[in-house]
Amino acid sequence: MTEAPNMDNARYEYLLQLGDSDLILGQRLAALCGHGPALEEDIAMTNVALDLIGQARFWLSYAAELKGEDADEDTLAFLRDAPAYRNLLLVEQPNGDYGQTIVRQCFYDVWHFFVLQALMQSTDTRIADIAAKSIKEVQYHVERSGDWVVRLGDGTEESHRRTQAAVDKLWRFTGEMFRSSEAEQALIESGVAVDVATLYEPWHAHMQALFEEATLTLPGDQPMQTGGKAGEHTEHLGYVLAEMQHLQRAYPGARW
Amino acid sequence: MSENSKKWPLWEIFIRSQHGLSHKHVGSLHAPDAEMAIKNARDVYTRRNEGVSIWVLPAEQITASSPGDREPLYEPARSKIYRHPTFFPMPEGVDHI
Amino acid sequence: MYAQNVDTGVKKVRGADEMSADEAAFQARIDEGIKIEPKDEMPAAYRKTLIRQISQHAHSEIVGQLPEGNWLTRAPTLERKLILLAKVQDEAGHGLYLYSAAETLGASRDDMQADLLSGKAKYSSIFNYPTLTWADIGAIGWLVDGAAIINQIPICRCSYGPYARAMVRVCKEESFHQRQGFDIMHTLCNGTEEQKAMAQDALNRWWWPSVMMHGPRDGDSVNTAQSMQWKIKLFTNDALRQKFIDQTVPQADFLGLTIPDPELEWNEETGHYDFGEPDWDEFWNVLKGYGPCNQERLQARIDAEEGGAWVREAAEAYAEKQAARKAAAAA
Repeated sequence: MTEAPNMDNARYEYLLQLGDSDLILGQRLAALCGHGPALEEDIAMTNVALDLIGQARFWLSYAAELKGEDADEDTLAFLRDAPAYRNLLLVEQPNGDYGQTIVRQCFYDVWHFFVLQALMQSTDTRIADIAAKSIKEVQYHVERSGDWVVRLGDGTEESHRRTQAAVDKLWRFTGEMFRSSEAEQALIESGVAVDVATLYEPWHAHMQALFEEATLTLPGDQPMQTGGKAGEHTEHLGYVLAEMQHLQRAYPGARW
Repeated sequence: MSENSKKWPLWEIFIRSQHGLSHKHVGSLHAPDAEMAIKNARDVYTRRNEGVSIWVLPAEQITASSPGDREPLYEPARSKIYRHPTFFPMPEGVDHI
Repeated sequence: MYAQNVDTGVKKVRGADEMSADEAAFQARIDEGIKIEPKDEMPAAYRKTLIRQISQHAHSEIVGQLPEGNWLTRAPTLERKLILLAKVQDEAGHGLYLYSAAETLGASRDDMQADLLSGKAKYSSIFNYPTLTWADIGAIGWLVDGAAIINQIPICRCSYGPYARAMVRVCKEESFHQRQGFDIMHTLCNGTEEQKAMAQDALNRWWWPSVMMHGPRDGDSVNTAQSMQWKIKLFTNDALRQKFIDQTVPQADFLGLTIPDPELEWNEETGHYDFGEPDWDEFWNVLKGYGPCNQERLQARIDAEEGGAWVREAAEAYAEKQAARKAAAAA
């Protein structure tokens, strides 16, 4: 961020953080529709994508109102380049095999749940309302991805191996979820944002119990990759956006 | 697909809508276990707000009447028309009965 | 249609005097409009034809996810993205309802899918055409779903109970599909010159495949006659095609688009549109596997099945372990 965050700019940035992570994960899941491991699972996972993109619209619409001018959910989604995106690095990681898809989902869902639970008490009532509406959907996401982590972890030898590999691969992106950005720090005291550092313990405890049931091993301390909330992304996001924004970029100003 | 893999069994799905009616058979689906069958049923059969309660039942657990028994099973009821209220004509002027 | 050219396995449709007592009794039930249910006795050919027709219909829904699925990641607005996701998801649901209906006849979903992947079973020719621009998503909803609805509404009254009930559910959900397609076309036609050109181009490419979707000309097809006697097909291909064209031409006029058929003309006498002959060689080629995208579509399904095998097996293995644990705890 180039300028020191004032309250409204911080709030705008914060809404982007919340909306962008939902959107990018939803976009990743949308690519799986029609390619799932079973018909029933295909339908179920698409529901998660629908939920996440729906939630992204709430966050981005609110952000657009703060931004003013001609901004709306679509200009924010389709006309910002990667450095202006504020999503977590975790959600832009490729779908990989289904083990990777599920582990990514599980890491995010549980974090997402605790964030929304805290945001239901946000002093910004608009944020509190969106959180209250979204958490019902996310509660179900937590159950579903948890169910799958257990089944893949404690399934066959192959599924255990693949899923453990996914955990080991994605673990380095989990640290970022619990480190506040400048925007978040500016909003914690006034009770607008949640201090994500406080969510680490409940998240970790949840993971530990779940992974034990799944016969999987949680990695220990290791250096973490960060930067998503500041616009420093992995190489993957550029490709995600190039595809997602193609029409809006190729036909500027057209209505769809 | 490995040859010896056992397939996900078939489950019959029953859903109770919001209007206070009984659970109604809506279709079937495949799932590895009951827990996932419930979740899949939620995702497959309540996408348009169709229900508030779900039952799942392994399809193989259902015992059905045989179509060949149609007559012995259902004909006897047909002749007992006195079980239906319309059997009893009410005299004119008698209401609310 | 979604089930094209379904083989009934019969050489000639028989009248009542040529049927055995069982067959005549079965035909009498159908003629009376009594639904056939899973455990009822039914001629082997009826069962086999239905399995073929319903599974082909189901395969079409599943493969039908793919051309539109191409644009899920590229939909131009968030709302369009959600609508398209919901629609493609519905298609998976429709496939599922239809596989379930076929399973009541004793076919297993795994066997049906294996037949699809091996190329033995067919699916609708329409899904072997490419989706090249966003307007194709509009054209598919408008034309392909429009054609599908015309075919599917009568099947809600077909003789086999589970198939009819599945179609009732499908039709209920389908009504939004065609409208969203038309809405995309309408928006494009009121947009920039480039968008209008995009819409016209999509119509140019999708018109004839949509017209052919209803299947070959009836001629004196024994399969059509037999399926109609069994009431698993209620109108001929040509009748459905005419209805589709009559219904669609005014919509194209409203959009200001030109249907790419120089012979298309209103006929006062018949009260229908006359139209040109589609390229039936192309139709048969696509059906035999030589369409623009047959290989890609089938490969995508094979990849999903093979790539997902270890996931399905894991869930099975876990269910078995859980059952064993429960049994051990109870002992």
